[in-house]
Amino acid sequence: MAKPDEPEYYKQEDLLSVDLQPPRTGWMDTKVDFRPGSFIYPGKAKNLEILDLPNAREWAVTDIDWQLPEDWQKTILEGMAERLSKYRSFKLFMDTCVRCGACADKCHFFIGSGDPKNMPVLRAELLRSVYRKDFTALGKVFGKMAGGRKLTEDVIKEWFYYFYQCTECRRCSVFCPFGIDTAEITMMGRELLGLLGLYVNWVIEPVANCFKYGNHLGIQPHGLVDTLEFMVGDIEEATGIKVDLPINKKGAEILFFTPSGDFVADPGIYTCMAYMVLFHELGIDYTWSTYASDGGNFGLFTSHEAMKRLNAKIYSEAKRLGVKWILGGECGHMWRVINQYMDTMTGPAEFLEVPKSPITGTVFENAKSTKVVHIMEFLADVIRNGKLKLDPSRNDHISVTFHDSCNPARAMGIFEEPRYVIKNVCKNFHEMPENTIREKTFCCGGGAGLGTDENMEMRLRGGLPRGNAVRYVQEEFGVNQLAAMCAIDRATLPTVCDYWAPGVRVTGICELVANAAVLKGENDRSINLRLEPIPGGAADDNDEPRGSSDDE
Amino acid sequence: MNVLVPLATVVGLFLLGFFGAASGMGWAFGVVFPYIAIALFLGGLTWRVVGWASSPVPFRIPTTSGQMKSLDWIKQEKLDNPDTTLRVVGRMALEVLLFRSLLSNTTSEVRGKRKLVYGIALALWLAAIAMHWSLIVILIRHIRMFVVPVPSLVTFLQKVEGFHHFGEPVFYITSVVFILALGYLLFRRLFVGQVRYISLLGDYFPLFLLLGIGLSGFWLRHLDRTDLEGVKQLAVGLITFNPVVPETVASLFFAHLFLVCVLLAYFPFSKLTHMGGIFLSPTRNLANNNRAKRHVNPWDYPVKVHTYAEYEDDLRDKMKGAGIPVERQ
Repeated sequence: MAKPDEPEYYKQEDLLSVDLQPPRTGWMDTKVDFRPGSFIYPGKAKNLEILDLPNAREWAVTDIDWQLPEDWQKTILEGMAERLSKYRSFKLFMDTCVRCGACADKCHFFIGSGDPKNMPVLRAELLRSVYRKDFTALGKVFGKMAGGRKLTEDVIKEWFYYFYQCTECRRCSVFCPFGIDTAEITMMGRELLGLLGLYVNWVIEPVANCFKYGNHLGIQPHGLVDTLEFMVGDIEEATGIKVDLPINKKGAEILFFTPSGDFVADPGIYTCMAYMVLFHELGIDYTWSTYASDGGNFGLFTSHEAMKRLNAKIYSEAKRLGVKWILGGECGHMWRVINQYMDTMTGPAEFLEVPKSPITGTVFENAKSTKVVHIMEFLADVIRNGKLKLDPSRNDHISVTFHDSCNPARAMGIFEEPRYVIKNVCKNFHEMPENTIREKTFCCGGGAGLGTDENMEMRLRGGLPRGNAVRYVQEEFGVNQLAAMCAIDRATLPTVCDYWAPGVRVTGICELVANAAVLKGENDRSINLRLEPIPGGAADDNDEPRGSSDDE
Repeated sequence: MNVLVPLATVVGLFLLGFFGAASGMGWAFGVVFPYIAIALFLGGLTWRVVGWASSPVPFRIPTTSGQMKSLDWIKQEKLDNPDTTLRVVGRMALEVLLFRSLLSNTTSEVRGKRKLVYGIALALWLAAIAMHWSLIVILIRHIRMFVVPVPSLVTFLQKVEGFHHFGEPVFYITSVVFILALGYLLFRRLFVGQVRYISLLGDYFPLFLLLGIGLSGFWLRHLDRTDLEGVKQLAVGLITFNPVVPETVASLFFAHLFLVCVLLAYFPFSKLTHMGGIFLSPTRNLANNNRAKRHVNPWDYPVKVHTYAEYEDDLRDKMKGAGIPVERQ
């Protein structure tokens, strides 16, 4: 008998019969239904203590009493006032919404669940109603008539449920005529909840781990060496080449960092192996760092302060190691942090040089201040200049589609580089339908710290639009792999694909590149980085256990 | 409740204006209320915009809807992902003038057993743009009430959109478009389940108010023309701070004017402030050039971090055991 944290528990017909009829009761009077499979477990006390966060305690979401601190209303209202004065986005987004509803069916969680509070507009109204009651002239006088609402424990519970049912993917903000970004609202909502010690463990444990050990998984330095050495062994088996493993190497030219999910979870590990293969082949003088061993930053899903506390490691480690510039791997939210926060929060990185490719001499002017280059920018430039010998026929058994990850898409705008790279290493490339790619791409359903199994129902519902588009290209063009340059995608999309488009496997882009790369001194390359025979045949499909995505 | 209260309020306000002015309170409805309303409108909106502007923009967070500027040979989407101020101005102009984001609106529905289908959804954009643009044209047309001689822009607009074959008086397209567009916006609020569910009293009230203003204006313009000379006297008197209240102006005009006053006074305290807010949205009015140009957070503060030295102290033996170089032995 399957449990609510397993995909088998949910019948496709049930998830697809989405009821779009709003409840009879008004939204202010409809309480949250905390059903297993649709919420995430609370942050454990030990993790809050590592981070010096308030109100550390053991509690359960289904408890009646959430053990909120004394004066919690005052804490929230003061927290709101502070953030209203610090963030124009927050203040503006509280005021300018006209509730036109254009955002409603742009949210993957609304499309998949029909729950009106998953319409971005209503998600924001959960906070806005309290704002109107306590911060606006009309709300103070007219209360509920002016759309105001009293701050009660039920409101807090509702915030907790719905602000951890938003993946901060920003799809709604593309369509909003006022550019209202629900990610900003959710971030503020989560910060406010944090003031009361309300976190989800799936987010706050990685933050605590990353704070202490440099990566979300809490891999200690010797463990990281073991992990990477194991990959070096697999690479040798697959290619016949023994690659270098530079760790905490002072004076290297480039510091490389990537999300830690790719150290341990299938299929991310193959992407991680691919980095080492490509750096070796190109002869790049780089280093891993055990202290800055995570590009991902779950602080983004916690608070601006937590984000900064984790992000500070990158530049400080680059300085300690004396590298010239920084190269970042395939990750989604990591690139939101780099593109929109890093330089402001922990820069300026004046001790670094403007990134210049040692292979082609290209200077990355667009990264001249942060000094951080995206691996896809880097590789697109290498391939364009013909510096990497490629044999795309090694990927002939693959028909690939590309999933734009939310953050690189809508918080950066890197669309062409990954497509250019994929088309150069794989002949069979097919785009998903127009409304589901590029700036209109759909979230995997597990971003922003929601990708845990206890949240399975919402992950499958939220993954429906993506899964549906994958199934379309699978049936139409025979697509059998989905490439994504995001570690959360690589951890969560296998579940989504298995459920909504079984038979489609998930890969990183670098994995495709490394498999197609003709390496100096390679063996006969009869197996790929997954140690499966190339080209595909009977042994190639459907026989490999998929990672259960119990990872970031 | 959310529908009936604002509807009744607008009807009540209309009647108040209609009978109030007739019962000898022409001075209040023709002079005092307009001045108060304009003061509240200008003062309130300024207070609102200054309020937003007084909160800083700590981080540069544009929503990027196209290819960023990167390698030379990759084509940047200059408007959807602007990297310079000029391009941001272009993006903003299209937002403000054409509601470009809303233009890209789509619908989605599960069709058949398990197929999710997306379609184009233009109705909301069309109604919104029709309503706002007719409102602008109507406002410009009203300039002729205040200025002698009538500016050429106004006469030009009148010629462009006037229909003479309807007989006298000239019939204006925008008068009708405005009311139809508002009607559609009200219709979808009332009859589209989700939109009705999210609608507050404050969403219906401005719609009824604008409809009341539009309908009474239509009546005054096209069906029962009031004494235009009298209206002009009143208007010119108001803006030259030399107010007069001519006896000849119809009650219906005062009802129309009173609704306009209420709208102006209500404006800064309601969702209608989106008129000013749209210009300030950090997801639209910032260039996506963060990696090339540092953005400064004015309230940045130091945070507690776990330094490398602390990290090495915690794990030195393990690091040495694994052959990882350390700073201190």
